[in-house]
Amino acid sequence: MTKLVYFAWVRERIGLPEEDVDLPETVKTGADLLAWMKTRGENYEAALAMDNAIRIAVDQEHVEHGEALGAPREIALFPPMTGG
Amino acid sequence: MAAEPVIRVQRDNFDAAAESARLTEDRTDVGAVVTFTGLCRDENGTLSALELEHYPGMAEAEIGRIARQAAERWPLTGLTVIHRYGKIAPGENIVLVAAASSHRQASFEAADFLMDFLKTRAPFWKKEHRTDSSDGGWVEAKQADDTAAERW
Repeated sequence: MTKLVYFAWVRERIGLPEEDVDLPETVKTGADLLAWMKTRGENYEAALAMDNAIRIAVDQEHVEHGEALGAPREIALFPPMTGG
Repeated sequence: MAAEPVIRVQRDNFDAAAESARLTEDRTDVGAVVTFTGLCRDENGTLSALELEHYPGMAEAEIGRIARQAAERWPLTGLTVIHRYGKIAPGENIVLVAAASSHRQASFEAADFLMDFLKTRAPFWKKEHRTDSSDGGWVEAKQADDTAAERW
């Protein structure tokens, strides 16, 4: 199982702060993850519609969409950051 | 660098003067301290508060990674970064970067670098609450912040 965590409008549009999922074997990169997520329901499709506005962190480190995910404990999806 | 960067992610306010003083306390080799404080700003009287959401764990880790990069790149004698989360009213503090060094250039540049990367890589998101109780929505990331980070 992999823990998925969501923040800001990604969290609001999906309607959950986090969930545990079994990732299919076809999900190898961040881009694969987003494509698979969008098949899980309208809320996911709405939250993740703009791929280039979604940032991905694997075990609390930023990754690019094309990078391999490995076998993480936790993957986070969130919009571009607005701290500071 | 003599000391590890001090990183704090907290709900409570901070005292910029006290944090700055801590970087020079009991030492005589510090020639420069640059302190940057970012405040919650209300441009037209319609903001009641900013709500800062953060990713607990990653926020500390990512600020730590950025701070260590700064400490490797400039000869700093001390570095403190504090970022608040939760509801913050206009006029209140949001973020502090304090960089100490022997000479001013390292402190100025390290503080500037830290802020550019905090803006674009530290996992915090601002939501606006309006004075008429409406939800002002999530603050959008600015291209200018990405451009600023790219110059390093």
